[in-house]
Amino acid sequence: MLIINRYKCGYCGACVGACPATALELVETWLEVDESCVGCGICTKICPLGALELTEEGET
Amino acid sequence: MKCDLVVVGAGPAGSMAAKTAADEGLDVVLLEKRQEIGDPVRCAEGVGKVALAEMVKPDPSWISAEVRGARIYAPDGTPFVMTEDRAGSEVGYVLERKVFDRMLAMKAAEAGARVMVKTRALGLLEENGVPTGIIALHIGEKIEIEAPLIIGADGIESKVGRWAGIDTVLKPQDIEVGVQFLVQDGKIDGEYCEFFLGNEIAPGGYVWAFPKGKNLANLGIGIQGSRSDPGMSLRLLQRFLKEHMPQAKILEMMVGGVPVSGPIESTTSNGVMLVGDAARQSDPITGGGIINAMRAGVMAGEVAAELVQQGDLSREALKIYEDRWRDTIGKQIARNYSAKELFVTLTDSDLNGLVHSLEGEDVANLELKDLLKLLARQNPKLLWKLRHLRR
Ligand SMILES: Cc1cc2nc3c(=O)[nH]c(=O)nc-3n(C[C@H](O)[C@H](O)[C@H](O)COP(=O)(O)OP(=O)(O)OC[C@H]3O[C@@H](n4cnc5c(N)ncnc54)[C@H](O)[C@@H]3O)c2cc1C
Ligand code: SF4
Ligand code: SF4
Repeated sequence: MLIINRYKCGYCGACVGACPATALELVETWLEVDESCVGCGICTKICPLGALELTEEGET
Repeated sequence: MKCDLVVVGAGPAGSMAAKTAADEGLDVVLLEKRQEIGDPVRCAEGVGKVALAEMVKPDPSWISAEVRGARIYAPDGTPFVMTEDRAGSEVGYVLERKVFDRMLAMKAAEAGARVMVKTRALGLLEENGVPTGIIALHIGEKIEIEAPLIIGADGIESKVGRWAGIDTVLKPQDIEVGVQFLVQDGKIDGEYCEFFLGNEIAPGGYVWAFPKGKNLANLGIGIQGSRSDPGMSLRLLQRFLKEHMPQAKILEMMVGGVPVSGPIESTTSNGVMLVGDAARQSDPITGGGIINAMRAGVMAGEVAAELVQQGDLSREALKIYEDRWRDTIGKQIARNYSAKELFVTLTDSDLNGLVHSLEGEDVANLELKDLLKLLARQNPKLLWKLRHLRR
């Protein structure tokens, strides 16, 4: 599952442009992820601030 | 609501498209999801003077600084200087984009476009698989805007293309991601835009310092997405700052990503055109995208006016736009994509060698094209891949 740390996120939209599953959406300063996320980890890797993290299913 | 053209996104690309089409008599609606156009900024704000002045009259209200050229540092600190009129079209003015972007939207409004802020496009209206407009959320309320033509100017995070079946996904190697601080420091050189190269400094990218006025600069970093790990951009920039300007005060911070994919396969679909970062038209070597976005916006606005009046908005008809941008800005984007593909493979000693090979040469007044020729002559082995740039 993708965890978004909105205290860190700088709402730049880079992850949105790189997500191959169109799972991310930036609503002004609020980043959202939906169920189409396939857990590829691309967004976590490129995030300039390290605001994204993948956890095992079930964990939070 | 009905109109001739919906433009999604009021950045430089969208505002120029809306203005151009409205000037030609189309009824245009320009949507912007933010409540304040231009803010937050995601840009180092450097543009070439000549290219900019071809499209808008320069005005001190949105120019923070004027520079004399670019100074580029090899990983070992060796500098080389390019004067402003030779540094390609990349430096000259450093803008205040918050003001600049709103000014462009105002020009679109003056031309007659209806601007709607805090209005986020959610998807396409469709009839028999053909787009007939946009569904949007306007201050929290769903609205439908019917239009035979849509221009997607929705930047790095573009969805319009994806909705229309155009593949705009950026692979990690084709996106530069970064962080920028607006710093205040006595050490800032107000005369030149500075670039710092090196795999330790910024893997697959560079650190920049663009002057914004007395003792002020946009100090930022861009790194290649494929070489990034979570939070790397921020850590590297903080380290650079500590090593180079330990006294600097940070007055602002921003984050961003810029496409460096080169020309993508398609930027049109039935009833849809993409412009600017949404069409991945930024320069793959510098990451600069303002000028290309504005130029593409003008081209798309012109094509919109021609075709809406004629009534054929099929993908085949929109090929005129596809051809126009590929024949103009597209050529340099493609060329600089090859240069980027080579640049990201260079080691620090390659980069040092390249800069050293220019020592004793009078490079300050060379055109970028001639500089590349000289580099290729001095470094035949390293740069043979770039031989097609020498034409
Ligand atoms: C760190 C960094 C430094 C840069 N430095 C430079 C530089 O020095 N010089 C240079 O020329 N370029 C630079 N660039 C690139 C430049 O900022 C972009 O190329 C340029 O802004 C592209 O303009 P645009 O109009 O295509 O997109 P944008 O300016 O990104 O505008 C897109 C707009 O669309 C809106 N939008 C998105 N989705 C929706 C939706 N669903 N509904 C409604 N609105 C929507 C967004 O809110 C945004 O306002 C830099 C980029 C970054 C990230
Ligand atoms: S890349 Fe990081 S900072 Fe940018 S919007 Fe995504 S999570 Fe936020
Ligand atoms: S993990 Fe992959 S699929 Fe999920 S949001 Fe991130 S980039 Fe998209």
